[in-house]
Amino acid sequence: MAAFRSASDIATAVRSGATRAADVLDEHLARIDERESEIHAFNTVIADRARARAATIDDEVSAGRDPGPLAGVPIALKDNMCTRGVATTCSSRILEGWIPPYDGTVVTMLHDAGAIVVGKTNLDEFAMGSSTENSAFGPTRNPHDPTRVPGGSSGGSAAAVAAGFAALSFGSDTGGSIRQPAALCGVVGVKPTYGRVSRYGLVAFASSLDQIGPFTRTVADAALALQVVSGHDPRDSTSIPEPLPDYSALLDAGVDRLRIGRISDLPTGADPDVVERIDHAFDTLAAAGATIVDVEVPAFGYGLTAYYLIAPAEASSNLARYDGVRYGMRVEAPDTNSMYSATRAEGFGAEVKRRILLGTYALSAGYYDAYYGKALKIRRLMAQDFARAYEQVDVLITPSSPSVAFPIGSKTADPLAMYLCDTYTIPANLTGDPGMSVPFGTGADGLPVGVQVLAAALGEPVMLQVAATLERAVAATAGVTAGVTAGVTT
Amino acid sequence: MPARLTSDEVAKVAYLARLQLSDDEIGLATEQLGAMLEHFADIDALDLDRIEPMTQPYPLVNVMRDDVVQPGLDRDEVLAAAPQVEDGRFRVPPIGGDA
Repeated sequence: MAAFRSASDIATAVRSGATRAADVLDEHLARIDERESEIHAFNTVIADRARARAATIDDEVSAGRDPGPLAGVPIALKDNMCTRGVATTCSSRILEGWIPPYDGTVVTMLHDAGAIVVGKTNLDEFAMGSSTENSAFGPTRNPHDPTRVPGGSSGGSAAAVAAGFAALSFGSDTGGSIRQPAALCGVVGVKPTYGRVSRYGLVAFASSLDQIGPFTRTVADAALALQVVSGHDPRDSTSIPEPLPDYSALLDAGVDRLRIGRISDLPTGADPDVVERIDHAFDTLAAAGATIVDVEVPAFGYGLTAYYLIAPAEASSNLARYDGVRYGMRVEAPDTNSMYSATRAEGFGAEVKRRILLGTYALSAGYYDAYYGKALKIRRLMAQDFARAYEQVDVLITPSSPSVAFPIGSKTADPLAMYLCDTYTIPANLTGDPGMSVPFGTGADGLPVGVQVLAAALGEPVMLQVAATLERAVAATAGVTAGVTAGVTT
Repeated sequence: MPARLTSDEVAKVAYLARLQLSDDEIGLATEQLGAMLEHFADIDALDLDRIEPMTQPYPLVNVMRDDVVQPGLDRDEVLAAAPQVEDGRFRVPPIGGDA
């Protein structure tokens, strides 16, 4: 796969007048024309709107104004982020054709920073899945090997960056839906601290877990993207009212004397090729001057159970709004109750129904204490265990995904096998701490492997610092890992 | 953990969730959800009696904004998205059915 320009390079060139936003956009649209029919990263491409917007950006630069830190950067948005005037489907039949009457806060911030939206990307329906196969509009394919999944649920956003359709994209991460597809597509993916990025205008899946974050080709681009979209939003009552750090400040600082945690009781199940890369990441960081510290996180292994009770419980409540009354589709019936039931039966896909049933059951009288109540207590244990670990280390390193990208169709018949894809990413959603995946070479069949870097709440700067060090190590051996190397720009 | 999930329980939950399911769908859901709940029994090994439940990561309480009038969404734009409207309102079928 060719190396594409980073968002930082594009913005610098457009702001200085050295490159026209219209030309940058055309390069990206040409790649979409060439490969989108094969990859299916998008539910909607808005080429005409994007061209008009690029012309506006170029006019601003000509007039001596600065369009902002993402000037002329073509971006893609997961199709669960509300965009005024542009269909937002959540890859569900139930919302097909819905045109939001407002922009999400992140969408507004990106616009104000000079970014150009090229389209809305495919996802597992309502972000429920780990392969983007649960989309009502068909699966997205992995640009590294189109017979394989891109991961999920933000598979379209990950694939769009990997295929050069956009220089930067955004997804949402409820249990790993940014980090896992980033790993499988060989790009950088960040789930920020819960509350750091506004969720206003993000269609809710599990409100206490959902967080918006970027997919990028470089760690520096991730820092730039976070700088633009982070910050307090009065329209999101879970938004953190704390000042923002400079996310780029530590990118070149190295890891000398940092304490890197290795979780000694990490759940097993990662494939040997992935484990080998993670071991190599520890060696790389140690060689760069970091101290590797073994820590225990006993609750880690219970994360999957807690998550698959809490997330469906919250989803069953959040998705009650799709009832055929205010938006989306309706199946006509003689009374409201049968209209609701028929509409939801036809509008939702199998995985969404499964999770609504599971969540409703976990919350129902007689089972609440045994399931949902216990899951909330495990969530507390998890937070306590991680807090103890972060007293001893600056970051933790784990695999992002137990395996490289798997063949399309190989896990669809066994929901539980699909859920196990989230084993390593789920804890950060339960605790609210930040996590990211950074490409770190290849595993089986030459496919990308991602290293997950986890940090304590609001620890994005040190997390990015460690990821940047791993990225430089990969770039130093670029001959071996050509094609999945982040940080290479033309 | 409670006893193995039955198809009657799934049918009841489907009604509570307003999901019209066929007998085949209920059968499959009973099997799949049952397998999941068995897998989730791993947490029975934990002593959680003295652990406080945690509902959200960041402890913010009673978040308020100033009581200042702000523009809302455009009514026509919002109603345009609805399956059926009448006289500026959402139209629904009769509520008193016996579904």
